[in-house]
Amino acid sequence: MLDFLARLLGRECPGSKNVAKERLRLVLVHDRADVSPQLLQLLKNDMVEVISKYIEIDEKGLDVTLERDDNQVALVANIPVKKMKRVAGNLA
Amino acid sequence: MSEVIVVTSGKGGVGKTTVTANIGCGLAMLGYKVVLIDADTGLRNLDVVLGMENRIVFDLTDVIEEKCRLRQALIKDRRIEELFLLPTAQTKDKSAVTAKDMQDVCGQLREHFDYVIIDSPAGIEQGFQSAVAGAEKAIVVTAAEVAAVRDADRVVGLLDSLAEIRDPKLIINRLRVHMVQRGDMMSLEDMHDILGLELLGVIPDDESVVVATNRGEPVVTSENSISGRAFKNIVRRMLGESVPLMNLDHREGVFNRLRKIIGLG
Ligand SMILES: Nc1ncnc2c1ncn2[C@@H]1O[C@H](COP(=O)(O)OP(=O)(O)O)[C@@H](O)[C@H]1O
Ligand SMILES: [Mg+2]
Repeated sequence: MLDFLARLLGRECPGSKNVAKERLRLVLVHDRADVSPQLLQLLKNDMVEVISKYIEIDEKGLDVTLERDDNQVALVANIPVKKMKRVAGNLA
Repeated sequence: MSEVIVVTSGKGGVGKTTVTANIGCGLAMLGYKVVLIDADTGLRNLDVVLGMENRIVFDLTDVIEEKCRLRQALIKDRRIEELFLLPTAQTKDKSAVTAKDMQDVCGQLREHFDYVIIDSPAGIEQGFQSAVAGAEKAIVVTAAEVAAVRDADRVVGLLDSLAEIRDPKLIINRLRVHMVQRGDMMSLEDMHDILGLELLGVIPDDESVVVATNRGEPVVTSENSISGRAFKNIVRRMLGESVPLMNLDHREGVFNRLRKIIGLG
């Protein structure tokens, strides 16, 4: 009963504002850095190609994002490694 | 010591002209000498919001073209001592006023006024760039909506790079309290989180603003409206007073009492 009342009176926010806030956060990071999500996707593809020469990675788990704290934007890549490759050939 | 402040937003229709008129009136009502410059050449509005539309003889572009003296283009408010408008032309386009022109005009006006407040056009093109050129401070007006906040953020970046204005203040206009309460509109905290600007104040969405604009008497001049009080608070904050944010929630009904009873209020 209390739960129901709490929801009715708006403690949990089921409304659209959290969606708005999340979308804004993301769009502003890209606006500020002048990097579109599309560009990031292209970068990601290239990264996969280069890194795969050396390391076997889990492409599905790959996560490349821009993150912002105060005035700095960082490119953060989280790349799950499956196993190292013998790389001598590639380095030649 | 005078201040030259530009009121801007990026997005149109969020309330730049309304804010300019009201803080201008509010400051002048406290005895400060204030001049408001309409920088929205071709789409001027500040004159009608202030009820001065029938009194324009010369405008900003006439001053620039040296068809009249600056003093001749200033219109004095009939009700509030020390409040003046420098209108712009309605039948020319933004190219009639350059950044250099605005710097010159603002430079002259600041010799005679405590506050020079510039109503910027929407957009980020030449009209906006001229409008900010003569200013040293900025007020960014936005609404609690995705598009308006995004544009505001863009403008904040441009204020820095074009005019070296580093710490603009934020006004959130047209806040719909009931929508915030049911989680369908971003709150002040949300907006502060995202934009990181100092909050100068919040104006609720209020029919009195429309009524006041119909009459050509900015809402801050009326006694009893909630938006009028919000503007008065903003003016006091501009003067350095620390005024707490108003409680915009006036539903002291069953719902609120219930919220309190079950510990949510
Ligand atoms: N707080 C408010 N409550 C209700 N209506 C408002 C409020 N602020 C502005 N308006 C209305 O919104 C419209 C756009 O405002 P305006 O100041 O002309 O915006 P801008 O100059 O940014 O284009 C006007 O019709 C105005 O009366
Ligand atoms: Mg306007």
